[in-house]
Amino acid sequence: MDKLGAYAIPTTVFLIVLFGLMRGVPLFDTFVAGAKEGFSSTISILPSLIGLMMAVAMLNASGALDILSSMLSPVAEFLGLPPQVMPLMLIKPISGSGSTAVLAQIFQDCGTESFAGRVASVMSGSTETTFYAIAVYFGAVGIKKTRHTIPAAVTADFTAFVVSALSVRLFFQ
Amino acid sequence: MSALLNYIWAGLIIISVICAVVTGRVPQLSAAVMSGASGAVELIIAMTGMMCAWTGLMKIADEGGITRILSKLLRPVMRRLFPDYEEESPAIKAICMNITANFLGLGNAATPMGIAAMKEMAKRNPTQTADNSMAMFVVISAASIPLIPTFMGTLRAKYGSPAPFDILPAVWLTSVCSLVVGITVAKLLEGRSSG
Repeated sequence: MDKLGAYAIPTTVFLIVLFGLMRGVPLFDTFVAGAKEGFSSTISILPSLIGLMMAVAMLNASGALDILSSMLSPVAEFLGLPPQVMPLMLIKPISGSGSTAVLAQIFQDCGTESFAGRVASVMSGSTETTFYAIAVYFGAVGIKKTRHTIPAAVTADFTAFVVSALSVRLFFQ
Repeated sequence: MSALLNYIWAGLIIISVICAVVTGRVPQLSAAVMSGASGAVELIIAMTGMMCAWTGLMKIADEGGITRILSKLLRPVMRRLFPDYEEESPAIKAICMNITANFLGLGNAATPMGIAAMKEMAKRNPTQTADNSMAMFVVISAASIPLIPTFMGTLRAKYGSPAPFDILPAVWLTSVCSLVVGITVAKLLEGRSSG
């Protein structure tokens, strides 16, 4: 089943190029234009990533991250999650760069192929920066009362967090 | 939202300094300030190539009309979740374009389309209180993720994963569960919550 993941990238690249060819897209020029957009958007996250990776590295070096993880470990145990991913669960809905910083820290401490590394990857791949999306979309049209949006969106995120551990167990053990 | 992040960031740093003093890890802390900051730059440099290659490829797909084609297929499904709107209405069109762009990982294109969808819905509901369709749209948009989470895969590769995308089936399963729960909860709460 994990072979499916390995085929995803080559298949997608092949299909995109084939599709572009069939639709008469100027392939290389378009690729370059898209890469340029990707370049500026990747570079644009750098300042906030510096700030947040600095903060997470400090939190880790001071021992506070371990204390936080162990404080949350009863919750983690109850949910069937590795304790190392609990900080990710707290930051992911709020900040994209913050979750990148925490994810990088988990990869560094536990490795990408550990249970915690895989669960963290699935968590971060299957959820969005929920509160950011809510703020941007409602902010754009001046909505003040969001009614049931936040409970529903938070329940969806919470489901993703719990299911991520189950699906890693399902696909890797 | 950025106000919240201000407090979180300040909190992280203050807690770190206090904790380092108490546990006697001040030398490690000062090393971490530098390694954290330069680590971010290293990370971005390592990841930029892959991210650019990916956005370049997705631009080809987008120019070929993939977003329009897929979003058209999505309309009959979305029509059921947004009973206030006709299938051919500008609101449904914008909603489907946003969800498709998210799905394809065209993050830069998805946000303006999402805002366009909200503005279409605001024509029908000019108040300051979200209606059911707006809430449903934001829940779906916040729960919908790219088919291929390139950034996460690239980050895994950077930290030495031999098969960075082998977690994709697990990601897809998790995303579908989360989306179904989000839609269900939003539907269930529609009647109960009022402005």
